[in-house]
Formats: sequence, structure tokens, C-alpha cells
Amino acid sequence: MLLTLLLIPILTAFAVMLRPARQAALIATIGSAAAFAWSLLVWRAFDFDDSAAMQLTASWTWIEPLGLRLSLGVDSIALMLVMLTAGLTPLAILGSWTAITQRVREFYLWMLILEAAMLGVFVARDLLVFYIAFEFTLIPMYFLIAVYGSTNRARASIVFFLYTFTGSIITLVGLLYVAWAHWDLHGRWTFDIANLTATAASMSVSRQAWVLLALCCGFAVKVPLFPVHTWLPLAHTEAPTAGSVILAAVLLKLGTYGLYRFAMPMCPAAFHEYAPLIAVLCIIGIIYGALICWVQRDMKRLIAYSSVSHLGFCVLGLAAVNAAGVGGSVMYMINHGLSTGALFFCIGMVYERFHTRSMDELGGLARRMPVWTTFTIFFVLSSVGLPGLNGFVGEFLTFFGAFTSGQPVQGLPTGGPLGPWYGSIAAVGMILAAIYLLYFAGHLVFGTSHLPDTSHGGHDDHAHVRLPRDLSLREIAVLAPLALLCFWLGVQPGAVLSRIEQPVSSVVTHVNMAAERSMMITALDSPEGR
Amino acid sequence: MLDRVATLWPEIILFATVMVLMLTGTSADKDFRRAGSWIAGLGLLFAFIFAVRMPEPETLMPGLAGFMRPAACVLGLLLLLGLGNVDARLEAEVDGGRRFDPLDATQGEQLCFFLLSLIGLMLCTTASDLIWLFLALEMTSLPTYIMVARSRAKTAAQESAVKYFFLGAAAAAIFLYGFAMLYGAAGSLHLLDIRAALEAQAAAGGIGSLAILGLSLAVVGVSFKIAAVPMHFYTADVYEGAAAPVTAFLAFVPKAAGFVVLMLLLGTTLHLGEGGQAWPEAIRVLLWVLAALTMTIGNALAMWQNRIKRVLAYSSIAHSGYMLVGLVAAMETAGSASRSPATNGFAAVLFYVVVYGITNLGAFLVLACLERRGEEIDTFEDLEGLWRRHGPYAAIFALCTLSLMGLPPLIGFFAKLFLFTSAIRAGEYLLAVIAGLNSAAAAWYYLRLAGAGWVRRPGAAASEIACVPAFARRFAAGVSAATTILLLALAARLITAGDQAVRLRAAPPAAQHHAAAPDAHAVDARR
Repeated sequence: MLLTLLLIPILTAFAVMLRPARQAALIATIGSAAAFAWSLLVWRAFDFDDSAAMQLTASWTWIEPLGLRLSLGVDSIALMLVMLTAGLTPLAILGSWTAITQRVREFYLWMLILEAAMLGVFVARDLLVFYIAFEFTLIPMYFLIAVYGSTNRARASIVFFLYTFTGSIITLVGLLYVAWAHWDLHGRWTFDIANLTATAASMSVSRQAWVLLALCCGFAVKVPLFPVHTWLPLAHTEAPTAGSVILAAVLLKLGTYGLYRFAMPMCPAAFHEYAPLIAVLCIIGIIYGALICWVQRDMKRLIAYSSVSHLGFCVLGLAAVNAAGVGGSVMYMINHGLSTGALFFCIGMVYERFHTRSMDELGGLARRMPVWTTFTIFFVLSSVGLPGLNGFVGEFLTFFGAFTSGQPVQGLPTGGPLGPWYGSIAAVGMILAAIYLLYFAGHLVFGTSHLPDTSHGGHDDHAHVRLPRDLSLREIAVLAPLALLCFWLGVQPGAVLSRIEQPVSSVVTHVNMAAERSMMITALDSPEGR
Repeated sequence: MLDRVATLWPEIILFATVMVLMLTGTSADKDFRRAGSWIAGLGLLFAFIFAVRMPEPETLMPGLAGFMRPAACVLGLLLLLGLGNVDARLEAEVDGGRRFDPLDATQGEQLCFFLLSLIGLMLCTTASDLIWLFLALEMTSLPTYIMVARSRAKTAAQESAVKYFFLGAAAAAIFLYGFAMLYGAAGSLHLLDIRAALEAQAAAGGIGSLAILGLSLAVVGVSFKIAAVPMHFYTADVYEGAAAPVTAFLAFVPKAAGFVVLMLLLGTTLHLGEGGQAWPEAIRVLLWVLAALTMTIGNALAMWQNRIKRVLAYSSIAHSGYMLVGLVAAMETAGSASRSPATNGFAAVLFYVVVYGITNLGAFLVLACLERRGEEIDTFEDLEGLWRRHGPYAAIFALCTLSLMGLPPLIGFFAKLFLFTSAIRAGEYLLAVIAGLNSAAAAWYYLRLAGAGWVRRPGAAASEIACVPAFARRFAAGVSAATTILLLALAARLITAGDQAVRLRAAPPAAQHHAAAPDAHAVDARR
């Protein structure tokens, strides 16, 4: 079932290559829509009563001597992200119909390959399959940025590729170390995630810390956390609209998903111990990113830096290691995917019309593009975290999780690693987010009306595509589902939260119990304990 | 003696082919001359069939021949397709009415040298003593000097051939010196006897310094063949000077022979003593330093290059460094309850050699397939906009370079993965991290290579790039690319075969009383 899900985009990619370029966009849209339809079937087949368990599993031997198997499966959190990916890709493809005018077939080919790779990350049940899919997302994204990006694309694509590639190689060494440790204990090679997680979790805290460091090298770059975020504004800004959307909505989630799926269960004690450090990095990212947003004049850069800030919240929730924090973090992954993805769409639509991203050249679009304005304001509010919309739920939960993290969890005497201070300082980021996003919206939408002079257009690649003054039906069809979903998740967050409750609480218990155990061992070893 | 000859049929067949080629190459009859490539191909095909079915020779690593000889034949066939007709211009002139002069014809010679070098590689795998090893290694190298000189009608080719020859001769002297010392220390030329003698020394309190010195010198000498730092200086000039198909040949055959010889030499000291490390400490440190330096310097230099062949040349140095990591990691401790082929450093090296040979060949063949005004393409600018007019070449080139980079899920990734697992298994964490960082650094220039053909729009000069009218070469490029994909499915078999290939033979009875480790190997081999 999951294999079919992976194969649909790949086969569609072949079809795109075989048919003439005129049909490429249509085929790609249909193919990715089919993948989404299939993912709905997967959703139907998934048993939410047992959502912490890996379901719909399948497994094939690949490289026997290494114990490498092509094994797939999802728990409910992975399933949520699968839905996000499968749902956003058709929209991203639909949104590129007029924006992409050159090398059309290749563009859709890379989009579809990218979709397959991203889905592969979420459905992998084998560590190496995960890693392979994780790394393979780089190639389509590299080409999407390098070929279809704007002026500074060459540099952006190379920085993006090298940054993430370097980080994830160290992650690979860490994962191989865990596999070796498993070999040492059990005498056979395997890359099964469940087995390796059990092995890694039983290692001493100091060994776990090394593994955590290695894992964070790859995942923190992808998220991105504060000191290693510098690739992101560049890549987001230079990528074509569809690329930015996918990058923000799904690719960044690979990092947080990696932290949730590997870093937390594999090195629970170390994660608990170093969570304050991670949280501090998150908070620096939240505030620093928000401050940069405040002074940005480039729309895309602004939203890009806002991702740095928002993803800080997301990881902060994970670092809180309680049900509210981790659940909120998962919620945040989905919400950020929806609203930031949608904001990139909105900016892309303006860019297609005026060929500028500078906020100095644009203003007062409300009068000219009322439909676009409605959508943009809606998504800005969702991104700010207005109660009643989806953004609020995730933000509030992560914030609440960090705030109450010190309290005992589920009958265990040890509390989470964070405390009210973390929550309080992070809250500043929420205020800043409101400032810069509303400032952005106010300036762009309601400010004095001025538009760049496009009358001499024609030198530009995109100029020959005629677009209506306001949004076309196709563009509305891209934004409307996202808006509906944002609204629905704002009113009915339980639809997601209740379904992810089990895996979240199991990982929270796992981390806290491991921390408990290691503390007891330390207490026994210390002089007072004796 | 006769049973020894019975294991050499593939080499004998190829040698007979060489004899035939010498005659047909200078024949006045046009058809005979042009049949040369077909004859060579047929010879390789038969050699392959025999190589698969030969009994194991009684050498230190009996299985090595069974792995490396068929691989050499397959790669030889691909290389042969890539070589093409060196004499195209002469033949055209003959067609135009010029009288054929055997002195001008080089096609036959070129094929002969090519096959002789392959024979050398195959003989290396069956070597049982130091003399054989030396002769086989020299047989691999000598024809390559001439191939480099003859590959292009330019002084650059001759200059690089002379460089290659002198440095090669110096290296031969160094490792011959090492062999002499090894003989002095062990009292025998036979690898099995040397192992037994060293084993006795190890049991009696440590391997003598003469043997260590001899081995070290031999390793340093052979490191010339694999272009390891500090014996790498010739690589870039030689690779750049030679024609692209010949460069592909140079990047595989001498390197494979070098690693085979290294494995056989190092096999004499593998796991001597009770539960000891893989190598005597001095040898381990030597290999460790060689590996780290070779990876790092190779990659660092490759980043600075602007010509594609120089980039690939320096990256081939880096690849030697990765393979040296496999040597450091060596075999898993013999007899440990649960060995896995995937963590055997030697098997990883064999796997890597084959994978590297094929992927690198694909990349070089793309370069050989394209020309700008009759010259080979050579700069990044030449590749720009390749996607528009020569899409398949751009695709093959990107595939091969990304695989060389080690990007999952391409086969290069698995080759590196086996090296990493064996290094981590052997406890060489630092070396594994260095190798990882090097792979990341290498990504920079490989991405530049892979992207060059795809990213930019074709410039004004792009229309000057044309295809070489050589169907066989194009076919070979396609086959190499297809093989890199196919290997993904065969990876498990190949690594298991590699593991079988490097098992050591049981020690002769003389050293039985402290031959615990090799005995365990023998048990493994029987199972």
C-alpha cells in the first residue's frame, strides 16, 4: 500500500518525460492528485485506535549482509506528514502552471521525484531507507533552485546542497555507530529502526550524547536551528515559488521529524539532559529570526526568516518533553506547512504579476487585488497565531508545554527539562511575530498604493504569460483548500491532536523514564548515594 | 607446475589474442586490420568465460582470482568499446588512395598493450610469490606508459608518458627494495611461507623490524600505482595528457592491480598473534596516515581545478584514500561468531574498486564522446548547456558523478557505506569521520561537475560541441550508466563474493602450532 504511494509519483515522472512538454503540467497535476487520493485510502486503512504502532507495514530484503531491508510503515504522526506532503504537492504543481515557461518537463519531473523522496522519508521503517530518501531530496531541490530560481540561484543551490549534505553525512556516521553497537550486542547487522532505537536507548548517557550530537548535525541543519540556519533565507528566496512552498512546508519538517523519530527515542537520556541547550538555541532562533524579519524589505526573505523563528517554536515543543509540548510541536509542523506554504504561494502570485519581491516597490494591493488580499490576510493571521485559526493551537501548545515542562509527567517524579523561563522568553517571539507579520501585511496590502512600472516589460522570461489583474480561478483553487484546512484545524484541532496522542505520549514516557533511570544510576554512583 | 598453469587459462587466451592482434594490426588487408577490435573482444569474452570457471590457485588468497579476473574482463570489454579506433585518420587516408605502411599503423599495438596490461592485472590476482607479484605488477604498468604516449598526437601526451614512466620506475625500485628486505626477513619468496615465518616471529615476541621495514617500503612503492599521497604527483598531468578512454583505463587497471598487490602483501601479516590487532602497529599507522592524507589532499586539490579531467584525476586520488580506509579496517577478526561480509574492509575495497571503475569509466566515456572542433572537451564551460543538445550525455555524466560523490541511493553510496561500516566495526571512528568530512568536501566539486551540464543555459559556444562518430563508445557509456543502476540490485551478491575472495588460505603445517587465526579462516572457507 505504501509502496504504491511511492510509485505513483515516480511513474508519473516517467510519463511526464515521455509525453510532449505541453501536456507535462497536466500529467503532473493528475499524477500528484492521484497520489493524494491514494494517501486518503491509506488514511482510511490506518487504524487510529492503535496509532503509536507502525501500521501498513511491508518489507523486502535488499542487501542481506548488511541487514538492509526495504521496509515501510507509518505511525499516525508519520501519516499526518504523509498527508501534508501528498496534499501540498498537487497544489504546488498546480500553482506553477504559468510560472514555469522553460524546461517544463524537467521541472515537473523533479517535483514528482521530490514528492516520492519526501514520502519515502516518512514511510521508512529502515534507517538506511530513511537516510537514502532524506538525502535524495537534495538532488531534485538542487535542480529546482539551480535551474528555475531567481538571480542568485547558483550560489543558493550550492550552499543549500553542501550545508545539508555535510550535516547529514555526520548523521550517517552516528547512525552507523548505533548499528555497530547493535551488532556488538546482538551479533547481527540490521537497520531496523525499532531495533536500533532499543539498542541506542540502552547505551550510557555519554555515548548517547555523542549519537545525539551526530544526529543533530544533520537534523538541526535541516530544521534549521539557530547557528546553522544561514542556508535557509538564501535557498527560500532564490527558489521558484513551488520550490519555496515545498521547502518550507515539507523539507524543513524532515528535520523536526528526524528529531522526533530518531533523536528523542534513540538518545532519550541525553536528549533530556541537553534539552535546555537545544531550547536555548531555539529561543535565540525565535527571537533573532523575528528581529531580522522586522527589518526585511524583501517579502520572500521575510517569510523565510519567519520560518527560522517558527521552527524554533516547533523544536522548543519537542525539547519540553511533555504531551503538550510534543503534541503541539507535531501540530505546529502541520500548521506551519499549511500557512507558510500558502504565504509563499501568495508572494509567488504577486511576483508573477509585478516581477519584484521588494516591499519598497509594492504597496496598497488591497484595492487592486481584493481576492488575493483576503487570502493573504487570512494566512498572515493564521501564521501569527490568531485564536480560532490553526496557528494558534500549535503555538499555544508548544508554549504551554515549555512553560509547564518542569512539572512531573504521567506519574513520574522527574519533570521535563524546561521551565517557565523558557516559555516566558519564547513568548516574546510571539509578540514579535505579530509585529512583523502585521507590518508586512499592512504595508503590502493597505499602505499607499504604488506599483512597479511594468509597462516596459517584455525583456522578462515571464512577461508573455497573460495573467488577470486579480487571482485566476486556478490560483484560487490552489489557495482555497489551504484556507479551508487552516480554518478547520483552528476550530477542530482535536481531529489531529486526538489521533497523535498515543505516539506522542509513548515517546514522552520513553524519554522521561530513560532520564529517570539515568538519574537514579548517577545518584547511586555518587558518593552521597553510597 | 602443470596444475599452476591450469589456473591460468584466461591469461593464456588473452596472450594468444595479443599474438594474433600483432599480426592483424599490420596486415595490408583492410578487413583484417579492422577486425582487430572484434578479435580483442572475442578474446576477452572467452577469457571471461574461463575466468569464471577456473579452479582456485594455491595462493595466499585463493578466491581473489575468481573475483577480480571476471571483473577485469567485464571492465576490459567496456574499456575496449570506449577505446575505439585510434587509427581513424590513417584509415581514412588509406581509403583515399594512400599506400598502407605497417610502420604507421598503431591500432593493433594499442589493443595489444591494452590487453597485456589487463593480463598483468589478472596475473597479480594469482600471484603466489614476490617475484611473480613484481613481474605481474610491472606487466600492468609497462604497457600503460606506451598507451599514454600513443593516445594523442600531442606533445602533452608524450610528456605525461615520460613523467609516468620515470616515476613508475622509481616506485618499482622502492617496492623491489621492500621485497628484498621481506625476503631477508622471512627467508622465502612465497607469500604463504612469509606469512608462516612472520607468524613464528609474532609468536616469539614480535615481528622483526626488517620485515616491517620491508613491508612499509613495499606499501609505499605500490602506493604509486594507486596514486596515493605522497606518490600522487604524476596523476593530474598524466590523466590530462592522455586521451579520455585511456585515462579511464589508467584510473582503473593500475589502481585495481595496486590494491590487489597491497592486499596480498598485507595479507602476510593479517591478524598475527593471539587476538591481536589486524596489523602490526607500524603498518597500521602507515596505512592510517596514507589514507587520511590521500583523501584530504586529493579532495583539497580537486576543488581548485578548472579542467574536468584534472578534477577527476585528483578525485581519483581521493578515492584511493577512501579505499585505503578499507585496508586499515582490514578483515573482521577471524573466527568471531558473527562476521558479516558487509564489515570486511578488504571486501569493501574490492567492491569499491569495481564500482569506482565502472562509474568513473562512464564519466570519462562521456568526455570521450564529445568534442569541440575535433578536440576533447575539457573545461566546465564546454559542459554548459549540454542538456539542450546532448541530453543523454548530460544525464549519464550527472548520474556517474553523483554516484562518485556517494549520493544515496546510487551505488557509490553503498560502496562508501561498506567502507564506513568496516571502519566503524574496526574501531577507527576518527578515520570514519575524516572520510565522512572528505565525502562532504568532495560533494562540492562533484556537484559542480554534475550540475555543469544541466544548470546553465547553453552559451554561444555550445553549438560547437559535437558527438564523436563512434557508436561503440556511446554504447559503452550507456552500458556503464546502466550498470551503475544494475549494481544496486547486485550489491549484496557482489559484497558477499568479495568477502569470499579475500579469505586467507590455511597456513602450511610447519606453522601449525600457533596458527589459530588462519585455521579459523580455513573453517570459514570450507563452510
